[in-house]
Amino acid sequence: MQRNMFLKTLAASAAAMLSLGAGLAHAADPLEVPFYYPVAVGGPITKVIDGYASDFNKAHPQYKITPIYAGTYQETIVKALTANKSGKAPATSVLLSTDMFTLIDEDAIVPIDDFAKTDADKAWLKGFYPAFMANSQTGGKTWGVPFQRSTVVMYYNKNAFKEAGLDPNKAPATWKELSEAAKKLTKKDASGNVTQYGIQIPSTGFAYWMLQTLTTPNDVLLANEAGTKVTFDNPKVIEALDYWVNLTKEGVHPKGVIEWGTTPKDFLEKKAAIIVTTTGNLTNIKANAKFDFGVGQIAGNVRKGGSPTGGGNFYIFKKAPKEQQQAAFEFAKWVTAPERAAQWSMDSGYVAVSPAAYDTPILKKYGQDFPQALVARDQLPVSVAEFSTHDNQRVTKVLNDAVQAALNGTKTSAQAMKDAQKEADRILRSYQ
Amino acid sequence: MSASSSSIAGSGQRSIHAWLLLLPALVLLVAFTHWPAVATLIDSFYSTPKGTRAAVWVGVENYQVMAEDPVFWQAVRNNLWFAAATIPASIGLALLMAVWVNERIAGRTFVRMAYFTPTVLPMIAVANIWLFFYTPQYGLLEQVTGALGLPSHNWLGSPSTALGAITLVAVWKEAGFFMIFYLAALQTLNPSLKEAAAIEGASRWYFFRRVQWPLLMPTTLFVLVNAVINAFRLVDHVFILTRGGPDNATTLLLYHLYEVGFKFWDTAYAAAITVVLVVVLSSVALFQFFVLDKKVHYQ
Repeated sequence: MQRNMFLKTLAASAAAMLSLGAGLAHAADPLEVPFYYPVAVGGPITKVIDGYASDFNKAHPQYKITPIYAGTYQETIVKALTANKSGKAPATSVLLSTDMFTLIDEDAIVPIDDFAKTDADKAWLKGFYPAFMANSQTGGKTWGVPFQRSTVVMYYNKNAFKEAGLDPNKAPATWKELSEAAKKLTKKDASGNVTQYGIQIPSTGFAYWMLQTLTTPNDVLLANEAGTKVTFDNPKVIEALDYWVNLTKEGVHPKGVIEWGTTPKDFLEKKAAIIVTTTGNLTNIKANAKFDFGVGQIAGNVRKGGSPTGGGNFYIFKKAPKEQQQAAFEFAKWVTAPERAAQWSMDSGYVAVSPAAYDTPILKKYGQDFPQALVARDQLPVSVAEFSTHDNQRVTKVLNDAVQAALNGTKTSAQAMKDAQKEADRILRSYQ
Repeated sequence: MSASSSSIAGSGQRSIHAWLLLLPALVLLVAFTHWPAVATLIDSFYSTPKGTRAAVWVGVENYQVMAEDPVFWQAVRNNLWFAAATIPASIGLALLMAVWVNERIAGRTFVRMAYFTPTVLPMIAVANIWLFFYTPQYGLLEQVTGALGLPSHNWLGSPSTALGAITLVAVWKEAGFFMIFYLAALQTLNPSLKEAAAIEGASRWYFFRRVQWPLLMPTTLFVLVNAVINAFRLVDHVFILTRGGPDNATTLLLYHLYEVGFKFWDTAYAAAITVVLVVVLSSVALFQFFVLDKKVHYQ
């Protein structure tokens, strides 16, 4: 008797909930637009992205952008391509600008030009910094919309500079100045252990990108524009890698492979006086540094300066329904509009993606109060495209492994680069 | 109605019943184990489909690529070292802990809980904690060695110590799990055996070697099978701690498989590696169950 009563009540409540749910579902039906995004820098980025999504949803009640945090860049592209292969692609995802060739080969994305039909749209698409479009266009079409773009900068501890007798308002501008500064900045304790390294360049995750900050000043590119050939065994590349390896041998740079994620923390903990990392860490370091710090452009050598650009673009996925694709386009347009690009730059430290953003009053004032935020942008005229080829993840891994081998001393720079060149040639053979 | 015809009819109906009872388990097994294994084997003889290009038959080309791939052989070497270290270490540690907490010591429940806690934590959480332990200059291990005056060391960043570092994390995680099995087995042992040994004047070590260890052999066989599987299965911490680096020093076979299959999307090559992994594990399992089983003393 009791069992029957229980089963009847259960059935009744289930039916009630179903009808209520169905009623609610029919009430307001905004189009759900899944949006994968990675986080590659410190700070409360997920909160910021969620804020942008909810602001957009309020302004466009017919759409419901659903941001889904997907880990690092590498994890996000795995997730996006897995979803794509299983037939349920997200409408849009922020992915590395260098993954463009891979996504085109997998037939996963549609060109942005297909959506930019009005004159206003076309003007918007032309309004981005050309340096950022280098990794976003190929074959005459635009495949990605710049969103969280960066260049690599040097953060330096002004107090440490003062203690070492260096000018705290001038970052080292050449390799010679950098080596000398690093020697002066390295502090050891009584037993000979290093308590503060002069310079730290991370080598996990983005070793190839950090290598580019040394090869670009040495006036050599690592890949061609079409992404089909690489030049790892060029003597200038080996020279650049040797410079890095020698820093570790001289004791001014920590030995072994250095973790990307903990490098900003090492800077804040005063374990390194100069760190080389993305400008995207700027807001995080600004919020947490208990000392005065400066931001400098990448030191030059044969060529004045030269950072690669970096960061992520919006891509729109082919297999998503057409309405979701349109919604994704609207979101990309909205969030890269000058005022919002300016806000995003201040919230994170990424470079605002268009010159118009830097002309907005809020970013003008921010730049005056905090000139460190403008360094990454000022580097753009001497910046080069980020390393990108077909089968990008695989070729990048080959290069990363080679850099790590050289830094660990298991191979000489020359041997590591020659082996990497052989392997990369084998991988890219079918694309040439 | 003759007895034989009814028994034939009965046995026919019984076998239909038997097959129906087996059907759910059989469907799941075939769908998630046998069919994928066969499909993977077939896929390994085709090329990877890419975008608009369909897969074509390439025979043993994927296996040739695998034989020439230095990263694959590095992964095999790493995994063998990893197995050689984790299997004896985790079993030995588990046995030691089980024998110790089997006694009536004070705080026994607390110690058992402390030993079992690593098992309960998810591997990703464990890996993040150990990432802090191993962080150079201000990680926990560095603070300890620094207090002792030893030089700073980048445990996860140098190829010579990175594999050892991740092995330690795996042993730490596994030993508690195996301890539970040994503890349960020890508690089923007849207490009169211990009393008899005490009367005969046998030392603790002698008692362990000649009485407890042989009686624990069924558990040891079970734990050994688990440990071998875990030596190839436990790669979650690699994702957090080293991501296979530095320079493939901590790339384990399953991690390499994941990279090839889901990072590079070279699904045909990944299928070939999967086949190798399955063959290796099956042969180990067959060896364990048919050869070692004969040597185990069952009560």
